[in-house]
Amino acid sequence: MTLQDGDGQSAGYHWFFRGMTGVVSVPAVILMMSFFGFGVLCRESGLSLGHSVFMTACIWALPSQVVLIGSITSGASLFASAVAVTLSAIRLMPMTAAWVPVVRDKGTSRWKLLALSHFVAVTAWVWAFMKLPSLPPAVRLTYFAGFAMTLSLLNISITIGSYLLAGSMPVLLAGSLFFLTPIYFMTALTAAARHLAEKLAMPLGIVLGPLFFHLQIGLDLVWAGLLGGTIAYLADRMFRSRA
Amino acid sequence: MSLTFDSFASPWWPYVFILLAGWVATDMWRWLGVLVGNRLRDDSEVLIWVKAVATALVAGVIGKLVLFPSGALADAPMLLRIAALLCGWLAFLAAGQRIIVGVAVAEAVLVGGWVVLG
Repeated sequence: MTLQDGDGQSAGYHWFFRGMTGVVSVPAVILMMSFFGFGVLCRESGLSLGHSVFMTACIWALPSQVVLIGSITSGASLFASAVAVTLSAIRLMPMTAAWVPVVRDKGTSRWKLLALSHFVAVTAWVWAFMKLPSLPPAVRLTYFAGFAMTLSLLNISITIGSYLLAGSMPVLLAGSLFFLTPIYFMTALTAAARHLAEKLAMPLGIVLGPLFFHLQIGLDLVWAGLLGGTIAYLADRMFRSRA
Repeated sequence: MSLTFDSFASPWWPYVFILLAGWVATDMWRWLGVLVGNRLRDDSEVLIWVKAVATALVAGVIGKLVLFPSGALADAPMLLRIAALLCGWLAFLAAGQRIIVGVAVAEAVLVGGWVVLG
């Protein structure tokens, strides 16, 4: 292990620690507030504390966690739940693929990338592209690990805390925390969107999801995603071919 | 009969359910992303469609959370919830897509309206 600035071991700790301090930033703080809403959502959906914590630890993607809760509370089968979560998580693939060249150095082992890829989600991804390109490649993965693992641990604690507090929380507070999740997703995903298709897919999905649910079509979220996404993509294509 | 979250009384079943429908269903995309790495072009047509579908799906969740919420938020009038989301969205766009502005305005409209109306 060679690093140009100081001996390997202590430089590693240094950058890991510096990454940890990144949790004091606007996206990280909004995400943490949203996880307050997640604990409340879990409690109100009838999940146990253990289930809620386990979900945050092993999924670590708030939209997919909310999709899974929606599936569970509607009594969906294991297969239907897995399909809905899988579709909601597809965007993690291109995000992770784009993240790899930014965090890795020449000698970075693949298993390290596979293990740390678990922490790729909207907030960590946005943060990585803000901070990492200006740093030497040798320290980037350590710096990212410090940030992302701290953010994950903090949000596991927040899931516990908000779950426990949810019972005795005034309705107004619980309701407004719950409301953070939809508005944070809506704005963060649009801010991270790079194509017109993604930006158009947002309003389309917001209308189609509840509509299909109201019409009691099975797999309403999946159909809202496929139909809304395809319409948005075709509109994007038409717009591009005309431009 | 299909397997659901409540299919078995044993305490470990929900965790298996979350592992299969949650962990595997999300982390497999991350592992695939690492393997594909920078070989996949970020501007390919398939990827644009896939990201649009994923965004619309999460948007569907947002719509359901606002129109058919469970628990405390259901106590706020539906029109107020829609108005708060719309105001937050418009403020977010007007402020040059700054997340914090959208979140703050949406919450202010929701809480303010809730206190006044309720």
